[in-house]
Amino acid sequence: MTAASSTPSSPPALPAPALPAPVRPSPAGLTPALPSLLRTSVSRGRLEITSFFRDRESLIFTFSLPVILLVVFGEVFHGTIGSTGVAFRQYFAAGIIASGIMSATFVNVGASVAADRADGTLTRLAGTPMPPAAYFAGKAIGALAVAAAEAGLLLAVGAAAFGLRLPGTASRWLTLAWVFILGTAACAVLGLALSSLPRSPRGSSAMFNLPYLVLSFISGVYFVFRDLPPVLQHVAALFPLKWLCQGLRSVFLPAAAAVAEPARSWELGEIALVLGAWLAAGLVLCMTTFRWLDRE
Amino acid sequence: MTATRTAVRVRGLRKIYRPARYREVAALNGLDLDIGTGEIVALLGPNGAGKTTTVQILTGFRRRDAGEVTVLGTDPAAADRAWRARLGIVPQQASDFGELTVGEVVRHLAGYYPDPHDSAELIDAVGLTGQASTRLRRLSGGQRRRVDLALGLLGRPELLVLDEPTTGLDPAVRRQFWGLIRQLAAAGTTVLLSTHYLDEAEALASRVAVMAAGRIVAAGPPATLAGRDTGTAIVSWQEGGVPRSERTPAPARLVAALAARAAAPDGEIPGLTVTRPSLEDTYLRLIGVTPHRPGTPEDTP
Repeated sequence: MTAASSTPSSPPALPAPALPAPVRPSPAGLTPALPSLLRTSVSRGRLEITSFFRDRESLIFTFSLPVILLVVFGEVFHGTIGSTGVAFRQYFAAGIIASGIMSATFVNVGASVAADRADGTLTRLAGTPMPPAAYFAGKAIGALAVAAAEAGLLLAVGAAAFGLRLPGTASRWLTLAWVFILGTAACAVLGLALSSLPRSPRGSSAMFNLPYLVLSFISGVYFVFRDLPPVLQHVAALFPLKWLCQGLRSVFLPAAAAVAEPARSWELGEIALVLGAWLAAGLVLCMTTFRWLDRE
Repeated sequence: MTATRTAVRVRGLRKIYRPARYREVAALNGLDLDIGTGEIVALLGPNGAGKTTTVQILTGFRRRDAGEVTVLGTDPAAADRAWRARLGIVPQQASDFGELTVGEVVRHLAGYYPDPHDSAELIDAVGLTGQASTRLRRLSGGQRRRVDLALGLLGRPELLVLDEPTTGLDPAVRRQFWGLIRQLAAAGTTVLLSTHYLDEAEALASRVAVMAAGRIVAAGPPATLAGRDTGTAIVSWQEGGVPRSERTPAPARLVAALAARAAAPDGEIPGLTVTRPSLEDTYLRLIGVTPHRPGTPEDTP
């Protein structure tokens, strides 16, 4: 051992990197424009999607639960709906897709905003020149993507195992498109609107799952809607899931199944009206109740 | 560039909290503060003094109940996106963006600013080039703080607000942080720093402002805060092998007297030290805590 190497030395010097000049000389009077709402919204949406698909736990939970429910109950349920000759499995498969969409939007968006509040994301964003609406738009874009993936997965399983048929006509595809977009947006916005309620991220998951599960049971997912007690039917008709289920049945079930609906028809106009109303109400709630920071 | 000499101007700021229905607590009670462009000002004070509330009002996160506030020429309560783009905020420890990489986060947030730094250059400047494709969740505490600093600097801010920037960092990383902050200030960025560390304030700040009970109780350069450079000094020496110590407002006169009285044959006074109150002593006195100095002999009157 040489004397030099045993000499106690001061801690290794850290690199002192040069920082780029903070103020860039710019032509006098010419200030670069702030990025547009569209650009920041798209950027937020991409970030939400990336974050979601990288968070393995929530990814597995979100996608596997409805698939397991579909497979398990699909094996349990037998028989046909009333005198329509349509298998209840098909009815159930359409319902579980609607329920999966609500879980991917309402529950996921609500819980993710609560997490954003807890981990400092909201404080960070509020301190930047991001347009606040871009945050909401990003959540909606993320919810649309997750719900589309979820619906696609359930559709594939439902078609392979339970005789669910893909829409055969252009008008059915069109109905699927608007029911999906309106339902997803309404549920996502509701999740956002209620996200200011839970005080801790731990409580948030339970808080969003409770209304979701209750609505799943009374909205025609696990049971034929018309067979439910009238009181429950009236309650469910106030909320979006019942209409989302009905809209998806109109797309995936044979036309003969329409007589099993409470109004003996698909009521597409009413579906658009109720989902649209929830979307509007959710947006208003968002604007009035959303908190970027914790309560004072 | 707007040529405002004052980056921050606060007069008579009041903020009232209502912890219970019929109870009011004044978190800020007539706070005055000026920060000149290019200054590094440290806000010191015990927990509950109102530091965080002050920072939140200055950055437009909280409303005030009374007083005048101007930050970069604008009232933060009426802040718009263009004003936000001129401000950089490094919040207290955060754990956001855990599943995204350093590069992704910096590039994403750069997209909010009209004239951001080049992402790769900035990542290099905070020493994270090797971690650019590491997810934030996997970074060490010090690396995570450097990401926070990079995000605060992203929009080339005129005013950078740092809330306890080096809490929990090891000493070597703290020093690197200080180097970066000094560099920024030298290039013209105004820095407002809220901290619990007196050594940090002393090392960085051109001025410190000490808060207690919702107002500034003293402000000035760390070396002369509250007259600590001209106030009572402690002179210690050895006389006849016995350690002696005396508080005096005129240390030079005492030392001259000692030189005549207690000097060794070589003319030196054994064990002579002249100590002014440290920044910590001054701080503790200002916030109403009596400094406890273990090992210091009692005054000899």
